Amino acid sequence: MANEILRQTRFISPIGSLGGGINGTALDEVLTQAPHFIACDGGTTDAGPFSLGMGTPAFPREAVKRDLSLILRGGRRANIPVIIGSAGTAGGDIHVDWVLDIAREIVCENDLTLRTAVIYAEQDKAYLKRLLHANRILPLDPAPPISDSVIDGSARIVGMMGAEPLQQALLDGADFVLAGRCSDSALFAAIPLMHGFPPGLAWHAGKLSECGTLVCETLGKGVIFTTISQDEITIRPYGDGLRCTPQSVAAHSLYENADPYLHRECSGTFDLTRAAFEAIDDVTVRIRGSEFISQPYSVKLEGAALAGYQSIIVGGIRDPYIIRQLDSWLSSVRGYIEESIARVLADETDKSSYSLLFHTYGINAVMGSLEPDSKYLPHEVGIVLEATAPTQGLAHKLAQLSRQPLLHYPVKEWAGSITAFACLHSPTVIDRGPVYRFNLNHVAIPFTPFEMFRTQFIDLRRSRRS
Amino acid sequence: MILADIAKLIRSKNAGPFTLTFDIMFADLASYRRVKDSGALNPAMFAKLYRCPVEKVRFFECENALAFKFSIPRPFTQGELGDGDMHGGQQFIPLMTVEIP
Repeated sequence: MANEILRQTRFISPIGSLGGGINGTALDEVLTQAPHFIACDGGTTDAGPFSLGMGTPAFPREAVKRDLSLILRGGRRANIPVIIGSAGTAGGDIHVDWVLDIAREIVCENDLTLRTAVIYAEQDKAYLKRLLHANRILPLDPAPPISDSVIDGSARIVGMMGAEPLQQALLDGADFVLAGRCSDSALFAAIPLMHGFPPGLAWHAGKLSECGTLVCETLGKGVIFTTISQDEITIRPYGDGLRCTPQSVAAHSLYENADPYLHRECSGTFDLTRAAFEAIDDVTVRIRGSEFISQPYSVKLEGAALAGYQSIIVGGIRDPYIIRQLDSWLSSVRGYIEESIARVLADETDKSSYSLLFHTYGINAVMGSLEPDSKYLPHEVGIVLEATAPTQGLAHKLAQLSRQPLLHYPVKEWAGSITAFACLHSPTVIDRGPVYRFNLNHVAIPFTPFEMFRTQFIDLRRSRRS
Repeated sequence: MILADIAKLIRSKNAGPFTLTFDIMFADLASYRRVKDSGALNPAMFAKLYRCPVEKVRFFECENALAFKFSIPRPFTQGELGDGDMHGGQQFIPLMTVEIP
């Protein structure tokens, strides 16, 4: 294999997100194609800041265990390395340990032998403040303000690692690399780069492969098989009815990227301006011309801070008299609620310490200020009242105090007592727990590419739980 | 004719928590060229449609993908209090009715 790998690297992307449900039949099939490694992304910011802030994963444990078991057993069967990145959705240390615990269970249950390297990506606050003071934390656009107190006030900050820590772990003999927050493309580019394949192709191949079958014409349950040689990438899916076409592959670089051509990584930018896509057969596409521009090393930061605790009320309004004046009615309801809060909770709160938001479904809850259709009035409106405060207890009381005004605040069209709001639940108030917000859109310029990430080799057979 | 009648897919999505991106995709080169040649899609019209400074609008014509792309800063950071679309997936609707002469 040593000579062959210099001519071509072949790899498997079994699914776009660990826990999404791997097609085991397709994985078995592609494992017969002499792949050199399997890599899989386990994270995303797509679901919002909660996972990073709270330290919890977005997928059920059982779903991650099923996928990880298929990958680890497949990797052992083919005797090839496995790389998992952005473990546990947000890639913080606690997320990595959550996946590590699952891996430990799989290794014990299947009697696997794995040399496991774990790479942590969570960032020390004192270290980040040193970088900040050395002008080594730079804003992206748009970026919220940064300061020592923003760093100190974060629930958790991760750095998005590039290929280098993965490569070092592989050089040190790992055949299972479990990484915290990591560039998705780096998971796939690491090994081809180590073997000297052109960086433009290695990074583009990673980018194309990391979302699994999203690179196909239509989404379906399948596995992506990619090869890189000195002058081209080929990519094809395994799975019923799936195909890659030049257009589907070209279009994939649009998805979830602000710029379809330039993609920033730690060590530089890959440039797809000159990439050319060509069908080899009905399901396989050849890509040439992707380029890479080396740049000073930088590491993207992701942070989440506690925004407060939240309680909500869900219900609806059908009365056309209220719907036609909903804005002013809700504004009066809010005034009434704020007065009662000031009266009852004066010791606990002032107006600047809490937030009351009405989401008016049917009017503009989805698009807010971007809603172009401001004249339309529906026959009913769904309302979610969101009360956010520094403690759950206070948020709960704010929502409780909102119920009566929502129910009974009058309109001039009706004489006498009305019940204006159709509550969905009893109890009316739902406590949502802590809520977080993303508080960083910055890059760090470390002094060396490795200092932000910590690698440990771990014996998974020595079960922590037993 | 409106854009929704010509495009095979118009979509919006987060590109990270701070950016919204919009893709307008076509089934064939003729449809793509028709829209491109009409000049109906450009940063100025997009800025007006999305109430955003024109210098913040990024616009790409991607002929090999038969697609146009716009990107703007999110009006709210993803998940911030007041944000009503966590994934940004339902923000493309104003593009549907852009007239293509």
